Amino acid sequence: MRGRPLLFTSYEADSALLPSVSKKVAMTVLLLVAFTLPLQLIPGIKWLGSNPWLVVLGQALIFAISALGLNILTGLAGQVSLGHAFFMATGAYTAAILGGETGRGVIGLGLPIWIWLPAAGIVAALVGILVAPTAVRVRGLYLAFVTIALVFIGDHIFRNVRVVSGGPGVGRTWPALEVRLWKEEEPMLAVSSDGTWFGIEFSRQAKQYIFLLALLIVFALFHKNIARTRLGRAFAAVRDRDIAAEVMGVDEVRYKALAFALSSFFAGAAGALLASFFGSRTPESWDLVLSVTFIAIILIGGAGTTAGAIMGAFFVVMVPRLVENFSRLLSDRTGDEGVLASIANFILKTGTTDFGLIGTSVIGPGLSTFQLNLLLYGLLIVLFLIFEPLGLFGIWLRIRNYWKGWPFSY
Amino acid sequence: MTTSVVIAQITTGFDKLLNALINGIALGAVYALLALGFVLIFKATQVINFAHGGLAAVGAFLTASFATVLNFPGRFLPDMPSWAQWGLSALFAVLAAGVVGLIVERIFIRPMIGEPLFSVAIITIGVDIILRTINDDFVGQGARTLGDPWGIQVIDVGNLFINQTQIATVGAALLCFGLVAWFLRSRLGVAMRATAFDQEAAQAQGINVGRVFSIAWAIGAALAAVAGIFSSVAPRAAGVTNFTAFVVFRAFPALIIGGLDSVLGAVVGGFLVGIGEVVIGTYTAGMAGTLGVGFGLIVPYLLMLVFLLIRPYGLFGTEEIRRV
Repeated sequence: MRGRPLLFTSYEADSALLPSVSKKVAMTVLLLVAFTLPLQLIPGIKWLGSNPWLVVLGQALIFAISALGLNILTGLAGQVSLGHAFFMATGAYTAAILGGETGRGVIGLGLPIWIWLPAAGIVAALVGILVAPTAVRVRGLYLAFVTIALVFIGDHIFRNVRVVSGGPGVGRTWPALEVRLWKEEEPMLAVSSDGTWFGIEFSRQAKQYIFLLALLIVFALFHKNIARTRLGRAFAAVRDRDIAAEVMGVDEVRYKALAFALSSFFAGAAGALLASFFGSRTPESWDLVLSVTFIAIILIGGAGTTAGAIMGAFFVVMVPRLVENFSRLLSDRTGDEGVLASIANFILKTGTTDFGLIGTSVIGPGLSTFQLNLLLYGLLIVLFLIFEPLGLFGIWLRIRNYWKGWPFSY
Repeated sequence: MTTSVVIAQITTGFDKLLNALINGIALGAVYALLALGFVLIFKATQVINFAHGGLAAVGAFLTASFATVLNFPGRFLPDMPSWAQWGLSALFAVLAAGVVGLIVERIFIRPMIGEPLFSVAIITIGVDIILRTINDDFVGQGARTLGDPWGIQVIDVGNLFINQTQIATVGAALLCFGLVAWFLRSRLGVAMRATAFDQEAAQAQGINVGRVFSIAWAIGAALAAVAGIFSSVAPRAAGVTNFTAFVVFRAFPALIIGGLDSVLGAVVGGFLVGIGEVVIGTYTAGMAGTLGVGFGLIVPYLLMLVFLLIRPYGLFGTEEIRRV
């Protein structure tokens, strides 16, 4: 088949994980770059391997896992869910009970990660199955409201069950990202402390990044395999026309319940990881805003695609940080001479009298960086949906097709 | 009957129930207003408007700035009594909020005609974030008073305490319901109902569907603004804050209970949820140990889930006909 990479002679080849040689090469390079990022080998993206950025990337990796989960439900099975934060919280508090420490008014059994991480996913999945019958009964946009209800009811429960959550505004301690066999003192694989791996000195952030990257690869493979097999085709049938799917023998109730369960499994595991990664989270932080974030991620990334969900997560997590760095860079330059300084003076509002868009202080006139990020976030959702419904994945497709057909336009 | 400011209202027995009912009706009026605007937009344009809370907050903020800082139009009419000045300020703010709704529809919703309903719904989430961020920036930290003439004054009938604001809320809501009912029977309203029934057929009859969309958004936003105003005056709140927009999340259950596409359902659902929230909240206040603090706030959602299991399309909603 040399020279004809798009000629598939079997269904196996057509639905392979990486169907062409160029994709295999690209994936290998991407994985190599991703894993060696903390070593800061490649000029140009060395800054990404610095410790502050590794924390940002770590968060993006966890968000990607969670977004993959929502992608199964919304992207593949077509069920609108605004309750993703609730399932994440369910997973996180399961992990906290199983893996956390007892003390300061909260309970925890102190079990190792290989128990609390899968358990977080499984308990969330079970809750997902419980919700599914209601979700099958109501359809379309009514479902969006049911899932909003989940977030509010969950919020109420987590706020009030203080032995688990630590109470509003207080929070609790979470299990650390450490791999232990049982409750021994020295972890088998110390992820949350500086140390050497394979003879190389790694910082805590670098280790967590690599650990989470490995987890994301596992979850992404899982997601891709759901999408490209019988299960994924059944989900797509339910999404595209549920009655027609039922006529063809796809059990609607069963597959919707499965979609909820799988999606919640991802969400639960990601919620546990997120809480564990940051070490502190209050019960009110699992709110509707978090749910909307994941909807935004899969829409910006491209609904229904594995790569899209991951790209979207990185985009949504990294853009605010870039904006923050950019406005900090600008505010450092306001005193200088030159083009950059004049731009800075135009955009930034330094005193109370000058007219600028971005305020340099949190309180007071002008948009704070936080508000600017929110505004940008809202605009991104709107603009992507209006101009590029396929999201980042669509942009990538267009770039790829341009070069594929080059020098012809198609 | 005396007018006084009562700080603590301690009642028991039947009066407790009556007081709860009165509070519930006033709260229900706010929910009904929100739900009504939402339903009008949904019926006419098929858009689930998650930006409704943002529009309500914009309306409340505009009232606050018109009535206090700008003193508009009161500064041109110094002879008017203060309550009339405030009423005019509120009226202008509501109209301005309607214009904001119009602009939102033109910029963000019009390009999406023909796109999946889900995408448009998510766009409105984006619009909500944009509206709220800009509005919050103007509002700033803390609460901005709306300068309403009632304050925390209470009318005291025997053992019943009725906030003057509550009377104003119900009055304004009834006025709005009347106006909407009148509008739906007017020429444009009939055009809107025709559009809701079948967009293409309406267009074939010479109805300007685009204009219907604009008007639905303007009216929806204006109703949201009225709700926003009355949800951010005493005794419910000290003024418009960064959290004013979130009142809409408690009106969603009203929508679902009434039925997403029923005008009557929105009003009935709003009052049901308002009364349910306050009455159940009042009687479970002593059970914070078992039910948790603030149980009354999630009562609407629990009611909604129960309703959805019994009647998936609400009390008055039309059942969706599923075709292959």
